Amino acid sequence: MAVLPSTRIYEGTRIPSPVPTILEVDPDKYPLEDILTINFGPNHPSTHGVLRLIVDLNGETVAGIRAVIGYLHTGFEKNMESKTWWKSVTYAPRVDYVAFQSNELVYVLAIEKLLGIEIPRRATWARMALTELNRIHSHLIWLGTSALELGAISLLWYTFDDRDEILDLFEMAAGARMHTRYFQVGGLAEDLPPAFAAETRKFLPRMLKSIDDYESLLDRNKIWLERTKGIGLLSADDALALAQSGPMLRSSGVNWDLRKTMPYLAYDEVEFDVPVYPNGDVYDRYKVHLDEMRESVRIVEQCLVRIDEMQGEPWIADDRKVVLPPRHELHTSMESLIHHFKIVTEGYVVPEGEVYVVIESPRGESGCYLVSDGGPRPWRVKFRAPSFAALQATATTVQGCLVADLVAIAGSLDPVMGDADR
Amino acid sequence: MKVEWYVSLIQAAIVINLVMATFAYLTLAERKVMGRMQLRYGPNRAGPKGLLQPIADLVKLLHKESFYPTAAIDRLYLFAPFLAAFTALTTFSVIPFGPGWEIAGIYIPGQVADVDIALILVFAIGSVGVYGFIIGGWASDSKYALLGSMRTCAQLVSYEVSLALSVLGVVLMAGSLSLTEIVAAQEGPVWYAVPQFVGLVIFLFAGTAETARAPFDLPEAEQELVAGYHTEYGGMRFGLFTMSEYINLITLSGLCVTLFFGGWHGPGWDGPSWLGPLWFLLKLLILLYVFIWMRTTLPRLRYDQLMRFGWKVLLPIATLNAIVTAVLVVWL
Repeated sequence: MAVLPSTRIYEGTRIPSPVPTILEVDPDKYPLEDILTINFGPNHPSTHGVLRLIVDLNGETVAGIRAVIGYLHTGFEKNMESKTWWKSVTYAPRVDYVAFQSNELVYVLAIEKLLGIEIPRRATWARMALTELNRIHSHLIWLGTSALELGAISLLWYTFDDRDEILDLFEMAAGARMHTRYFQVGGLAEDLPPAFAAETRKFLPRMLKSIDDYESLLDRNKIWLERTKGIGLLSADDALALAQSGPMLRSSGVNWDLRKTMPYLAYDEVEFDVPVYPNGDVYDRYKVHLDEMRESVRIVEQCLVRIDEMQGEPWIADDRKVVLPPRHELHTSMESLIHHFKIVTEGYVVPEGEVYVVIESPRGESGCYLVSDGGPRPWRVKFRAPSFAALQATATTVQGCLVADLVAIAGSLDPVMGDADR
Repeated sequence: MKVEWYVSLIQAAIVINLVMATFAYLTLAERKVMGRMQLRYGPNRAGPKGLLQPIADLVKLLHKESFYPTAAIDRLYLFAPFLAAFTALTTFSVIPFGPGWEIAGIYIPGQVADVDIALILVFAIGSVGVYGFIIGGWASDSKYALLGSMRTCAQLVSYEVSLALSVLGVVLMAGSLSLTEIVAAQEGPVWYAVPQFVGLVIFLFAGTAETARAPFDLPEAEQELVAGYHTEYGGMRFGLFTMSEYINLITLSGLCVTLFFGGWHGPGWDGPSWLGPLWFLLKLLILLYVFIWMRTTLPRLRYDQLMRFGWKVLLPIATLNAIVTAVLVVWL
């Protein structure tokens, strides 16, 4: 793990308390009778869902903070344990509803690892293309909402316009715009439609141009720079101590990207760079997000070439114990009919064992821990949520900031509350 | 020339209604223009092309149940929106929009009230209007509203100083505080926008802050303070606050046109006297468009940056501008 030798704004640790989401008011610094405690959320127009911040204000300065989560707890993991493996895949994308494809991928990869089945090449590359498109989608939402929180309202509409194009591509491939359930154990639910590559090729240059537009809109805006530079500082050591991952870690100067360090799918066969910025402020997080979108475009381009090469190859593993047989066989083959019946009613069984699989989701290290007791249902499902980890940095990053910064910083942590609360 | 009292009365009624109509359609124009700048349509359901939207909004606000927090201080809470709306509406009365006409032997002046110290009056009434925002935020007994009104108070007080200083150059050049005479002094090809360019820029900055428009919209920064001082207001009381904000913006733009862009004078050519109000309206609309444009483009400043900008950048430049103008006016 390479830590950038950096032009860091400060050195040393700033983690304020043993509980990383609590910043106690320092009575020596702020007289307690001057403290005004207000409630940011869970019902508040700042756009990051149902995160509740109980803020102790001294004038406009944030003197103390307590982050409260759990308002979007839906019991996904427990629900998944009561469904068959086959059906529980549907829940995975709903956990992190912005990076739905990544969550689907990590769950499917975990089951496949337990089953030990090989998936066809075409499915691997299609999965990579869609996951990277989803990364762009997620970063676009991050960029739009973060800018909105700083008062740059128009950017939200521009990013959502591009996001719509990506959702069109998902709709084309999977039939659903979000929560596609397109990744199946064994491969894909359907083959990619023939026009998918062409449509995506049309979209990618447009996306690159859009990213340049966003950069010129924001990077040349003095107010934006003043509002983001030097705000929400998180040093590399603190980031590591607080279990940060993804853009949070890379904007603090730590070069750690699971796609490079622990390659899954076929990430070792594509060329891309990992953007790393040294300062650990809101501005660097913004730069990391922008650069990652560019890299994702590069990866998708390479994926499309391979997908074209593999035209006509199978998109799902030929394993009748796990994968539904093709429809036409049901009328002619007794075994296929039995397999179909067994998978749909009872579900396939997964050998006993436990597994932990991690991937680099748009928000960082997204992990899935699975335990199987050898039956048709997962015995335990646990997601390692990057948003939950990111929220651990709240108290460290907001020390001494103003109310307006608080919103910017909370946004820059990129928490998706569905992911954090599950 | 003597102005009959009934002329002023009729004129006041007409002008107030015109200002209110401008306000109503300014909200629509803002939403439409913002919509177009943000790749969307804006309101287009109420009436043809959404033209009845302001009326629909009004009906909605009037029909809303006007409940209020039990902990609110009743009288002040109810009084605040009226104070804000009243001061906003009053200010426009001194802004000249035409040269004055004589119809059937009755003289009709180009503004509702020609006061010798019109400029001071505008600022004075504007300062009284601040009380509406402060009282409203304080009396509603909500922490967000309190923070919002604190911000409003600090911001308006800081920028009022620069605003007053920025127009000092114009006053010195025209040699009068009367808006009619300032407009009259700008007859000719060059408006005060050219010699007083620095003053104009400061006026626009400070004016944006005075009316709490983006990028200085901290008092009601939605992502931070929900809605600022009017968080706890609903129905038409909220409508009155919104109205006073927009009318303040219109008045400010009108004042800017009067002071820097020649008021009702046309560009180099005045035409018949009935063109005066139209020239005035045209310039007013262009300025209002600029304010809407800024709102879609710029992020919001932070509180300390706002204060620093006001006191450390605008105020010294405004002072310097006033001094240099004074020296030039005396020596040339």
